[in-house]
Amino acid sequence: MNATTIPTIDAMPRSLVLNAYVQEARSEILRYLRNPGFLLPVILFPTVFYMMFGVVLAHTEAPGMARYLLASYGTFGVMSPGLFGFGVSLALERDNGLLTLKRALPMPPAAYLIGKMLMAMIAAAIVILLLLALAAGVAHVALTAGQAAALLLAGTLGVLPFCALGMLVGTLIKGQGAPGMLNLVYLPMSFLSGLWVPLQILPVTLQRIAPVWPSYHLDQIALRALGVTQAPILQHVLMLCGFTVGFLWLAARRLRRNG
Amino acid sequence: MQVHIGDDGRGVLARLHGVSKSYGKLRALDGIDLSLHQGELLALLGPNGAGKTTAIGLLLGLIRADAGEVSLFGLDPQDIRARRNIGVMLQDAALPLTLHVGELIRLTASYYPNPRSVAESSDLAGVSDLLKRPYGKLSGGQQRRVQFALALCGRPRLLFLDEPTVGMDIEARQKLWAAIRHLVAEGNSVVLTTHYLEEAEALATRVCVMARGRMISEGSVEVLRARIALKRVWCSTRLTLEDLQLWPEVAEARTDGERLCLSTEHPELLVRRLLAQDIALTGLEVRAAGLAEAFTELTRDDAIAHDSSAALQEAA
Repeated sequence: MNATTIPTIDAMPRSLVLNAYVQEARSEILRYLRNPGFLLPVILFPTVFYMMFGVVLAHTEAPGMARYLLASYGTFGVMSPGLFGFGVSLALERDNGLLTLKRALPMPPAAYLIGKMLMAMIAAAIVILLLLALAAGVAHVALTAGQAAALLLAGTLGVLPFCALGMLVGTLIKGQGAPGMLNLVYLPMSFLSGLWVPLQILPVTLQRIAPVWPSYHLDQIALRALGVTQAPILQHVLMLCGFTVGFLWLAARRLRRNG
Repeated sequence: MQVHIGDDGRGVLARLHGVSKSYGKLRALDGIDLSLHQGELLALLGPNGAGKTTAIGLLLGLIRADAGEVSLFGLDPQDIRARRNIGVMLQDAALPLTLHVGELIRLTASYYPNPRSVAESSDLAGVSDLLKRPYGKLSGGQQRRVQFALALCGRPRLLFLDEPTVGMDIEARQKLWAAIRHLVAEGNSVVLTTHYLEEAEALATRVCVMARGRMISEGSVEVLRARIALKRVWCSTRLTLEDLQLWPEVAEARTDGERLCLSTEHPELLVRRLLAQDIALTGLEVRAAGLAEAFTELTRDDAIAHDSSAALQEAA
């Protein structure tokens, strides 16, 4: 058989593949940080709630309230970039052709997910930094540098299970239906985890099932980070890792099957 | 990686071989064969639902074939190494609105081992003046040109262009055509799907017409046109449509705006008789059937053949 070799492109050097990851993450971050429709709700909800309940109303009540609510609203604020930044964007991009185009292009598949993950982590860090500034500057919560750093770390890494949950919802629902569905996850889960009112006030049944929600575990870690409790956090960290892996596994399975 | 030389002596870059694909009961592709050669511009035509999108989706690795063989640069299209040789412009892909044109080009170019520079890509696609503009602030035609820049920025050897000039004005379309010709002249290949038959006519070195999941015709624009023996004659005349329909020289007659349009296999005889019978005849024009006519006729013949075979099956 008359066969010739037409010079084709050789393996791509690793440094160039790495650059594809960097560019993808950079684009994803720029794209969302420039989008007020995404960033404003993510930042405003937790900060405004914290100002209202943690600062304005808390002074007259219990003295530890501002510190306690810093953990709760920190957790609440960290959930949304994960759920909405990751979940809604995936649902929309599955619907509007962008994911199809990226799958046709030689984009390293993991770059897409890592880019969204980094974007959510940065948004979560911004939320935590703003809340820390409000707590220290306005509510006069006495925070050590270690406590502030611990909360920032908890928030930045704690967004990951919610990225995975958002990704799962994004693979289940296409397009404009996703934000509504994610609110149905976000708001009840926040309430049932004791982020709006302390768990102790809720009925005993709700207190018992609280460990079912990932946000409950992140809140426990945040409380420990701020020194509100001294309870060990290893089990909560493990639970969050478990949630992350589980959601990711289900989402990856769906993506592979349905695209 | 090897690319085999086909019978015509040119390398085959991508191939569908005996490929079938169904969505539930709907058979989108029915044992189709299609080869893309180096340096050619292949226009893939067909009515909606003919299977063009499915064929492209298989070659891009977006979907899997039920049966048959799909290869892209000798590899499975889902292999990222194969796709590093292709550029893609899809019909509807909502790119991030807040990213600037230059950022989009830089991002897409980063997926490729040996991309063009941002300057070269934007120059070729005619978007150099838009580099700092957010994608969301551009007009539809400008967005289309940016998508074209993204398709070519990786220095691909094979471009897939799906309805590339939709929403463009005539000038922009001409510029894009010139850019496509430039890429083909460099030795690259293009697969073009389009609804504008004049676009296929202007660009294609080979035309494949699909209908109901099959390839019903394949060849150069000239070959396709030659399959239609009819010529068209336009004129303004006092002769009536009814009379003309009775002439043996006239295969088909209809009004086309102010004029009559007559189809004929014998244009010389017809024109002679027309001029003899109507001295005041004006607006005379004789043309070979274009790709549009050929296409209409091909798909109609196919539909008729399909209907009659379906009728036979029902009768049997």
